[in-house]
Amino acid sequence: MTEQNHLPKPEKSKLLVPKIKVGIQGYGAYVPRYRLPNKEIGRIWGNTGGFPVKEKAVAGLDEDVITMSIEAARNALKRSEIGAEELRAVWVGSESHPYAVKPSGTVVAEAIGAPNDIQAGDWEFACKAGTEAIVAAMGLVGSGMGDYALAIGMDTAQGKPGDALEYTAASGGAAYIIGPQEGSLASIEAAYSYVSDTPDFWRRENQVYPEHGQRFTGDPAYFEHILGSAQTILAETGLKPSDFAYAVFHQPNAKFPQRAGKTLGFTPEQIAPGLLAPMIGNTYSGAAIIGLSAILDVAKAGDLILMTSYGSGAGSDSFIIKVRNELEQRRDRALSTQDYIARRTEIDYATYLRFRGEIVTR
Amino acid sequence: MQRTNDVYIVGIGQTPVGELWDVSLRNLAVRALKTAREDAGGLQPQAIFVGNMLAANASHQANLGALVAEYAGLAGKAEGYTAEAAEASGGAAIYLAYNAIRSGMVDVAAVVGVEKVTDVVGAGIENRLLSTGLDSDYEASEGLTLVGQASLLLQRYMHENRFPREALAQFPLIAHSNAVNNPNAMFRREISLDAYRNAREDTGVFNQFDIAPNADGAAALILTRKELLPHSADPAVQLRSSSYITDRLALHDRRDPLFFEGAAVSVHQALLKAGITISDLDFFEYSDNTTLHALLSLEAAGFADRGEGWKLASDGSLTLQGSLPVATMGGHKARGFPLGAAGVYQVVEACLQLRGQAGSNQIAHARYAMTQSLAATASAAATQILSV
Repeated sequence: MTEQNHLPKPEKSKLLVPKIKVGIQGYGAYVPRYRLPNKEIGRIWGNTGGFPVKEKAVAGLDEDVITMSIEAARNALKRSEIGAEELRAVWVGSESHPYAVKPSGTVVAEAIGAPNDIQAGDWEFACKAGTEAIVAAMGLVGSGMGDYALAIGMDTAQGKPGDALEYTAASGGAAYIIGPQEGSLASIEAAYSYVSDTPDFWRRENQVYPEHGQRFTGDPAYFEHILGSAQTILAETGLKPSDFAYAVFHQPNAKFPQRAGKTLGFTPEQIAPGLLAPMIGNTYSGAAIIGLSAILDVAKAGDLILMTSYGSGAGSDSFIIKVRNELEQRRDRALSTQDYIARRTEIDYATYLRFRGEIVTR
Repeated sequence: MQRTNDVYIVGIGQTPVGELWDVSLRNLAVRALKTAREDAGGLQPQAIFVGNMLAANASHQANLGALVAEYAGLAGKAEGYTAEAAEASGGAAIYLAYNAIRSGMVDVAAVVGVEKVTDVVGAGIENRLLSTGLDSDYEASEGLTLVGQASLLLQRYMHENRFPREALAQFPLIAHSNAVNNPNAMFRREISLDAYRNAREDTGVFNQFDIAPNADGAAALILTRKELLPHSADPAVQLRSSSYITDRLALHDRRDPLFFEGAAVSVHQALLKAGITISDLDFFEYSDNTTLHALLSLEAAGFADRGEGWKLASDGSLTLQGSLPVATMGGHKARGFPLGAAGVYQVVEACLQLRGQAGSNQIAHARYAMTQSLAATASAAATQILSV
């Protein structure tokens, strides 16, 4: 199969298109099994309706961003044709790295069997740290500096008890092995990033919980950047929403990505397979890319996918992804995203507090 | 010719009201002032009276006289100050400008009401900043908020005056209906009686529709003497009187907390100075900071007897077609409530009516208008009478 490149020449365009064509060689999702329903959170705080999602995924006592990244990375390796020793980078994007100083990437790399000859920094850009890592991986592979790079977006998001964020802040994410387009599951045709200094959500050093600007996180923040990024990549590639089989956006709740999709001209059917927030909540750095993993679980060869992430502070990364024949042959080598979502143990609010370390015992 | 020093409003300006995240305090003020100056045919103000409640706390900006003068290109050419009287700041600024013209010391005065609430997000506005208009030592420090106080008063009012709770629905319903045709309004959608019935409970006896939404916005006026009226100002709106009076700050020090005595005195003085009676008024831009404010201001002004203000709402008197239209462009409830700017918005909107520029909301043959802005639970009241 010959790959069509729809794109204008990079030097005339705002698009990020690497010299060497790149693709997704492997991908894997991870969602912890525990679920806390919104109505259970509402029971504690006196709210009876208007919940942003149905329930959210919660990491267990022995889980953190590192362990969950390892799970997702192993799934990605299973779907690839390479071993961990061929990786030249292990990059973890998160806003809940277990350590403030000491990388998550080195632990993940050792655990999956990556060699010492790698890059292993952590990425931080609120909820788009994972897609920033993917863009970096495209650069590493696309420049010829390395053949394969592992980019992960994973979070165990923090929501202050009683805050609006508590209803959505969830745990989960996905891992992507970026490599040459040849032999990949899907090609990444182009990327584009749109960023500005927009302080809608933040957590300073030594603060336990993030703060946010309430409604300011909507129009001037999420929508400005998601739409700015997606509209630009569509305009620069000359593609229309109807050219795509699927689209997935950062999903801090159920409503925002649906409104973004509608504004851009996508149908509910194009959005539905990647819209996971209602079932697992907002997995922050994992939210857009775990939506993509759910789409890759069902997409057909030739399908075009638009993915646009959003990170507070603020920026959005958009990607045009085209599914290749290899996907259907290799995707069943690991658990699907929906398998993880179906693996569900409901917990109550007290158990949630225990899992999240909120109960002070000394 | 004998100088009369009658005061005329020759220029009006306003910005849209809402959560204007990307417009700063100074930009809001200057935009409204620029529009008003253009409307006034280029008359140059010698004095700028800024009505504002929260800038020093919310935006860390005091000294608004110098700020607005500079950004309006009037540094070195105009005096400028802030009038602060909590939510009645706009009315107080108008009162100062009115007196400046009346005294003969100033030929052309600008009034700018400006409020920028979205420089602070979260409960800080309601709990910390708005409470600065109450008695800090005896009310705010006990945890009382402005809305909490008004809700307690309504509960008492409902206890003393038995009436159907639903009668009060008409206050927000009329406001929202009138805001539909106001391009600068924050909420341009009608609400139904069912929506009011089913609305989320807010504070005490209030639901979410009983409370005007804090908002960003700026409105401006250019005032001058009759002798200096530009030929273009036709029909010129006369500011026949302005009256500003304080009441006891803390609610517990009032003789009767269910009667807005300061507001009543303010209306009485304004009518006296204007040489008209209440029956001459064609409409009333009242202070619907909350449903309780709307109710008690109608009683304080004398439009209804004590305990019967709710009847005016339910018998249709307050609609645009009624005998006493209120909130003709949406009021604080639906136009949005830019606190210290709200009193200036009221006068801008009254001018639109009196000039015949109120579009679909035009009140036929409107000649006399009254506007009133109230601070906190009517601890200060500024009342204006306008005519054409």
